[in-house]
Amino acid sequence: MAKVKGAIVVDTEACKGCEVCIPVCPEDVIGMTSTVNRKGYHYAYMNNPEACTGCTNCAIVCPDRAISVYRVKVSA
Amino acid sequence: MSELKLMKGNEALAEAAIRAGVDAYFGYPITPQSEVIEYLMTERPEERTGMVVLQAESEIAAINMVYGAASTGKKVMTSSSSPGISLKLEGISYLAGAELPSVIVNVVRGGPGLGTIQPSQADYFQSVKGGGHGDYKLYVLAPSSVQEMADFVEDAFNIAFKYRAPVLILSDGLIGQMMEKVNLKDQQERLTDEEVIKQNGDWATTGKTKNRERNIITSLDLQSEKMEARVRRLMKKYEQMEQEDMRYEEFQTEDADYLFVAYGSSARIAQKAVQLARAKGIKAGLLRPITLFPYPKKVLFDLADQVKGILSVELNAGQMVEDVRLSVEHKVPVEHFGRTGGIIHTPEEVLEALEQKIIK
Amino acid sequence: MNALDIIKPENQVFCKSKLMTDTTLSYCPGCGHGTAHNLAMEVIDEMGISEDTIGVAPVGCSVLAYDFMNIDITQAAHGRAPAVATAIARTWPEKYVFTYQGDGDLAAIGTAETIHACNRGENIVIIFVNNGIYGMTGGQMAPTTLEGMRSSTSPYGREIKSMGSPLKMTELVANLPGVHYVTRQSVHTHKHARKAKKAIKKAFENTRLKKGLSFVEIVSNCNSGWKMTPLESNIWMEEHMFPYFPLGDIKVNGILK
Repeated sequence: MAKVKGAIVVDTEACKGCEVCIPVCPEDVIGMTSTVNRKGYHYAYMNNPEACTGCTNCAIVCPDRAISVYRVKVSA
Repeated sequence: MSELKLMKGNEALAEAAIRAGVDAYFGYPITPQSEVIEYLMTERPEERTGMVVLQAESEIAAINMVYGAASTGKKVMTSSSSPGISLKLEGISYLAGAELPSVIVNVVRGGPGLGTIQPSQADYFQSVKGGGHGDYKLYVLAPSSVQEMADFVEDAFNIAFKYRAPVLILSDGLIGQMMEKVNLKDQQERLTDEEVIKQNGDWATTGKTKNRERNIITSLDLQSEKMEARVRRLMKKYEQMEQEDMRYEEFQTEDADYLFVAYGSSARIAQKAVQLARAKGIKAGLLRPITLFPYPKKVLFDLADQVKGILSVELNAGQMVEDVRLSVEHKVPVEHFGRTGGIIHTPEEVLEALEQKIIK
Repeated sequence: MNALDIIKPENQVFCKSKLMTDTTLSYCPGCGHGTAHNLAMEVIDEMGISEDTIGVAPVGCSVLAYDFMNIDITQAAHGRAPAVATAIARTWPEKYVFTYQGDGDLAAIGTAETIHACNRGENIVIIFVNNGIYGMTGGQMAPTTLEGMRSSTSPYGREIKSMGSPLKMTELVANLPGVHYVTRQSVHTHKHARKAKKAIKKAFENTRLKKGLSFVEIVSNCNSGWKMTPLESNIWMEEHMFPYFPLGDIKVNGILK
């Protein structure tokens, strides 16, 4: 049975560190960096990339659309 | 070709608007100009030309409807009277700031406050010196006959689209209500949507097509440098208006010793006062500004070399007289005369004022 | 398979709407406006109507909506957007016209314009972002501020006796015959955002079918005005705003639910 694997790309300069993406991720993929971007915001990143399924929940809720989502089908 | 009719000023304005191919009229009832929207509603111009006519919920809503249609490049107008124009002033400032071609008609009644329903000319300051907030001016046309009420609609729109600016037709209750002969022009077709886009597509919000950037209509510029550039752009327009589109009329000024300056209904009365004066051996003349902005400053300045005194005749407590004084630069005495409260001064009163205040 | 294998253009399943410009949004971190803007632009793009859509921006935090939405937009005076939209819709009957307004714009100064555009049943979409506060001007009380809620002009909490109750504009306009579709949504979770997008799409479909006015309220957070973090504000919104402003369809196809 085919599985999906996903990945997100965060536009680190667009992210304002609001963290609204974190609770909507069903797989606990997202964390916030300890570094800051040029505006001084901590930004989102894949802390747990293996678990990402590309469900797009994080992206659809991101007010700044800082997240792009990628997904592939992989054979089981 | 044209059509000759006997009409009320307000009705002539409305009929002229239909014939000028106006796309939309938004208004609200207020005496003494309700006939404009009543006439339009009765005529059903939607069936004649497709013109939209809507009675808005307030003068504020009406001017914002004008702003909306004007932002898409359509030919749109509204009318009201003094207190209603006060309500519209925010919208008028926005129209000026956003550079939107549009026409506003004020059929002036007595003020301040709710005032009276009879005529006055007490909105000169409001019309010419701003009224709304910020650095802007309105091109102001002052009709003094039912014929001009009709003719100035097309003139106003020509100026509005030439400069991308709001234009005010400053009438009064006397001109709005009186009946005179008027020659109405033939029906001019309304522009099609494609023609509107062709004419105004570089700035109007008609829907962003692939071949262009998006158009934004706004009067907001949070960056000061941009705001200053905007204001400078507006001021250049007004300078150009002064150079190219100032209008006035003179009556028996060639050999005048004394001058009346008057517009609108006061001009009709002052014209009679000139005739009465001449009959008494007083060489009086009349300068009638047709545009109140731009004002015939230079014409007055030059006339001041010739005459011994000037009387500004206005149905108010003294408003245009300040511009007369400014134009004349102390060369000759300038006084004001005018009845207020909705009372119309008579030609005899006007002549008496000239005799008592100027000739002495 | 690692992330680099997955992140390829052909595998992309979600990105910012191409109808949003590249300009960084000026909204505070976590503000619902950003999500609402994006959903509206996604709908307009997917329906293929961007060339025939004209937006009317308000005064408020989203006054700069025209910097972010890549469509023709007219910025209206405070509260007047429904009047502006009325004129555009009437002089261009084939266009899609929408207003995008906050609670001060729509429910305070613009109350008359809102009610009368709704009463006339103008063929427009009104998107009403309700966060119970005046954000742009620094967090003052709004007509929709809840009882007891603090703001800079209700520093001890909104008092019904002197300040009136929070106004439910959405329920008010639903009673007007000219209004075809009234719904209240939010955008703070993926589930809510997806539902909100469907609602916005329904609204623009109604315009296409010339059904009358569609009114989409989006209850949103204002973490700056409410003085919370974005996540705290979304929880607070669920616990306090939703009970008073319940989500869901209020009027569909002209019939009250």
